[in-house]
Amino acid sequence: MIDLSLLTDGGVGWLDASGPSSHLVLSTRIRLARNLAGRVFQGRNSETEREDILTTVERAARESVLLRNATKFRLDRLERTDRQLLHERHLVSKELAGLDNDGRVRSGATVLVQDRIGVMLNEEDHLRIQGMHSGFALEAAYAEVDRLDSELGQRLAFAFHPEFGYLTSCPTNVGTGLRASVLIHLPGLVLTKEISKVLQGLAQVGLTFRGLYGEGSEVVGNFFQLSNQTTLGSSEHELLDHLGKMVRQVMDYEEQARQVLLRDAPAIIEDKVWRAYGLLRYARSLSFEEAMNLLSGVRLGVGVGLIPDVGMYTLNKLLVYTQPAHLAVAEGVAPTETDLPIRRARFVRKVLESEVGRRG
Amino acid sequence: MSCDQCHEREAVIHLTQIVNEQVTTLHLCERCAAEKGVESPGGVAKTPLGSFLAAMGKGLPEPEPVARAGENCPRCGASLQDFRESGRLGCAECYRAFEVPLRDLLRRLHGSTHHVGERYAERDGAPAEVRVTPADLREQLRLAVETENFELAAELRDRLRVLE
Repeated sequence: MIDLSLLTDGGVGWLDASGPSSHLVLSTRIRLARNLAGRVFQGRNSETEREDILTTVERAARESVLLRNATKFRLDRLERTDRQLLHERHLVSKELAGLDNDGRVRSGATVLVQDRIGVMLNEEDHLRIQGMHSGFALEAAYAEVDRLDSELGQRLAFAFHPEFGYLTSCPTNVGTGLRASVLIHLPGLVLTKEISKVLQGLAQVGLTFRGLYGEGSEVVGNFFQLSNQTTLGSSEHELLDHLGKMVRQVMDYEEQARQVLLRDAPAIIEDKVWRAYGLLRYARSLSFEEAMNLLSGVRLGVGVGLIPDVGMYTLNKLLVYTQPAHLAVAEGVAPTETDLPIRRARFVRKVLESEVGRRG
Repeated sequence: MSCDQCHEREAVIHLTQIVNEQVTTLHLCERCAAEKGVESPGGVAKTPLGSFLAAMGKGLPEPEPVARAGENCPRCGASLQDFRESGRLGCAECYRAFEVPLRDLLRRLHGSTHHVGERYAERDGAPAEVRVTPADLREQLRLAVETENFELAAELRDRLRVLE
């Protein structure tokens, strides 16, 4: 079993709801795709070459300021539950953790993490430099990742083309290699059925959305990850500005939708959020999806001031800690156990009891 | 104007083709255009990989010029077919080996082929990056003219002028 306590905040500092607009935005994530010059990309390289990439990049990372004390997890040497745990904490992608359809972990698949930033090695690209911040903090998150990119770039030769920019294994990432994502909670727009219009609008301005767990994941609990679609032809700051502007607009729409709900259907909304709270507080069995939806309801209630005394941090933590691998670790069972819903409900009750006090 | 194909819906796409020096213009509705594999100009890359892999080679006259241009990448041995199947390129050199179709693809995906963001400052003695030589450009230009991709040809000519 891996020891996540080695990481500052267990690697989930981004959950602490301390960042800007945390009532709507859980986290901001930035990643930069980079490849080493003169080496074939992932997919055509051998096990030896991947080991070599790992050694080369780790050496550079240990010489850097930002990853000098990084904790290293070799995914290819971890059990499935541990890999899933890292994925549930948003520290590694599904692909790196070997949790996508083919279910295989690539040899050399590794992540180095220090505080809010890290680098995935031997993912789709040789390096995926990444950083997570609490709340809506595009520029702050980028600044940190950019610093790490410069630090590593001084020690490593990256594949760069004078016209196309940073070269990536998939042409959808070429140029800046930058993907910025904002994880935002939009129950108001979902309840007022405005969401599809908003998402269509985003697609028209070159943005895309995904679920809680990025590429290929479904939208659960009204959480949407909004990110830039294109990576070439605009500078990093232009991409961030554009995404930032659009996210601010979406936040305005969400606030408006919430006001409409409170104005036109106050009793229904009040009942809905308190029911969600009641179920979370007293249910004896909760599926993952149900838990997500109820957490969404309570989060809405807290956001509009209907439910006092529940912290966003508590709700954010529940979002991650009620997932299969986390529960399994907490309860010492396999994440496939059939009584997981019972254990989940018990876990949620315990957290709410201790962190919310006796009211409600 | 109604669609030349179904004669029912409104034609929104007007496709001018030159076949055997004969100019014909087709007026199509969105659905018939999609069936014929023609993209509307507004519909750029909504689902990046899905649509672009399908679109690669589209708009290029048969026989596909890429088959001739893209033997295998001299560095990693990947073929354009490998890329079509996996959506991943084999190495940095592939960007040069398959430059013609890739340039087209990048334009579809990103609306641009020019990186304007941060530039990577190479270290001294770092391995050489992919460099485009005038000879490469001339070869690409020849292919572009041969396949009647005049927009690309014009761009290549400009770049060649700068290089030379």
